[in-house]
Amino acid sequence: MLKIENLSKVYRGGKKAVDDMNIEIERGEFVAFIGTSGSGKTTAMRMINRMIEPTKGTIYLEGEDLAKKNPVALRRSIGYVIQQIGLMPHMTIRENITLVPKLLKWTKDKKDQTAERLIELVNLPQSYLDLYPAQLSGGQQQRIGVLRALAADQDIILMDEPFGALDPITRDTLQDLMKDLQQRLGKTVIFVTHDMDEAIKLADRICIMHSGQVIQFDTPDNILSNPANEFVREFIGSHRLMQEKPSAKIVDDVMIKPISITLEKSINDAFRLMVTKRVDTLFVVDGQNHLKGYIDVEGLTKARHTTSSISEAVEKDVFYVSNGTKLQDSVRRILKRNLKHIPVVDEEHRLIGLVTRANIVDMVYDTIWGDEEINEDANDINLEQQSVSNKQLN
Amino acid sequence: MIDFITQNGGDIVQKTWEHFYISAIALILGIVVAVPLGILLSKLQRTAKIVLGITSVLQTLPSLAILAIMIPFLGVGKIPAIIALFIYTLLPILNNTYIGMNSVNSGLKSAGISMGMTKIQSIGMVELPLAIPVIMSGIRLSAVYAISWATLASYIGAGGLGDFIFNGLNLYQPEFIIGGAVLVTILALITDFILSKVEKWATPRGLKIER
Ligand SMILES: Nc1ncnc2c1ncn2[C@@H]1O[C@H](COP(=O)(O)OP(=O)(O)OP(=O)(O)O)[C@@H](O)[C@H]1O
Ligand SMILES: [Mg+2]
Repeated sequence: MLKIENLSKVYRGGKKAVDDMNIEIERGEFVAFIGTSGSGKTTAMRMINRMIEPTKGTIYLEGEDLAKKNPVALRRSIGYVIQQIGLMPHMTIRENITLVPKLLKWTKDKKDQTAERLIELVNLPQSYLDLYPAQLSGGQQQRIGVLRALAADQDIILMDEPFGALDPITRDTLQDLMKDLQQRLGKTVIFVTHDMDEAIKLADRICIMHSGQVIQFDTPDNILSNPANEFVREFIGSHRLMQEKPSAKIVDDVMIKPISITLEKSINDAFRLMVTKRVDTLFVVDGQNHLKGYIDVEGLTKARHTTSSISEAVEKDVFYVSNGTKLQDSVRRILKRNLKHIPVVDEEHRLIGLVTRANIVDMVYDTIWGDEEINEDANDINLEQQSVSNKQLN
Repeated sequence: MIDFITQNGGDIVQKTWEHFYISAIALILGIVVAVPLGILLSKLQRTAKIVLGITSVLQTLPSLAILAIMIPFLGVGKIPAIIALFIYTLLPILNNTYIGMNSVNSGLKSAGISMGMTKIQSIGMVELPLAIPVIMSGIRLSAVYAISWATLASYIGAGGLGDFIFNGLNLYQPEFIIGGAVLVTILALITDFILSKVEKWATPRGLKIER
């Protein structure tokens, strides 16, 4: 979709910011540019929307030479998310989201519909559309920044360290959101970052840059298992190289059967189940086993006075991972968010398992001793638990 | 003072009105010329230095001198007075427009351009709205200047509240001097108050939010 050929940029004063770059990016791909400060990532990215003109070389978009396109029209067809958010302070959130549609002269109805549809994607209420950027937190503002890049249904989205200024938890949430949106909407994303964890988590392919040159352009797995040279090895950091080795387990391998309860049960049922299972958290599902939330002993105690039904006491904000996720990623998430455990769901959002902090212990053990036996034992125990809980739940 | 008002009631209304419209026309001309020029200058940094240099020299010329210079070319009356005042209103508005446009966060400007705004759209949708508070304070300054300098316009026969003051000086009638001065001050204060409301109204709502 995007082909970058012999691309170089020499700034006035002779600084060679990008040096003979050659890469090809497929439609629907999530590519991360990563490298030390001053390695030319921003320069390379800004040549794609012609905010910077190349000194040499060509960029082809769907086979067409970018230099022959009208730069204004080109920029309207490429989403751009900037580091310092860059929302217009004098425009409402609605006007900010639909800035590019406005430039494209969409009707008011179509703009309003777009704004209302999009704001739901990032879990913000419709009422925010009429607020101003100054009334939103940094994380909320950056969500709007992301929406602005999607509003005119741009195929390509450029993101320059979009989450760099956010706290780790907000960043993590927005990363999940971005990955999800990108996959769901089939966008091609080019993402500049300093953060290797972020690149590994989000990118299909990572482009490692150093003094304007592309050092390695490959999938995270290949880069981790086959670093091109000493620079890359150092850049990824030895801890990651080690972690990645033990055959990249996925959550399905280690998850246990979660203790769940259906929505229509009563609070008393929940207490009874907790006591018999000796757990302090139950996952709440509907009749088809779709994950609806969770309920813990604290929440139950509080809710006991006001309601007797679980559907009213359930905490709907629940973090989860999909089956097939790398164990390492879910463990990272548990640690980052300081969770006790994280449920696993399938494509239809059905609750199918649970990864707990005990899995961290397994993983560390694995990394250090690479022993298989322990795991088999653990799996046996899991299986037992599974059969027991199945019986008692049904 | 009471005597002054009761004896000159009709005159006061007429002179105040004269004073007001001389200043207002000069100010409006100043806005019409200086705002677009300021916007243009903010895009031409090198020319800007020269133009702003020239206008600030004009500003330092004594107002009476400018008024006197006008006489051989334009004679006496309202028109030369308005032109002289207009020259005085230019600099504050020009300066503030230029500064206001330049002080708009360059990140926001480049954000606009990278969304696909043309240069004109960037001025209309980003730079000008964000520069309005600064431009408006230039206009307020000019308005107050125009009203106080319009007093001198009486010297070349343009009328206005200056007539009271000059008459008072010529005939040695202190109540005319004080009365005229007080009226000029009141007119300036009222105008500034009204313009402060206009400024509030013209400033985009998003810029007024405090957190
Ligand atoms: N307008 C410019 N004029 C001259 N040199 C520039 C200009 N912009 C960038 N450079 C130089 O080009 C090099 C690459 O800059 P670039 O902004 O692309 O780096 P980067 O990889 O995005 O860095 P960072 O991670 O710090 O954002 C740097 O050495 C920088 O100093
Ligand atoms: Mg950069």
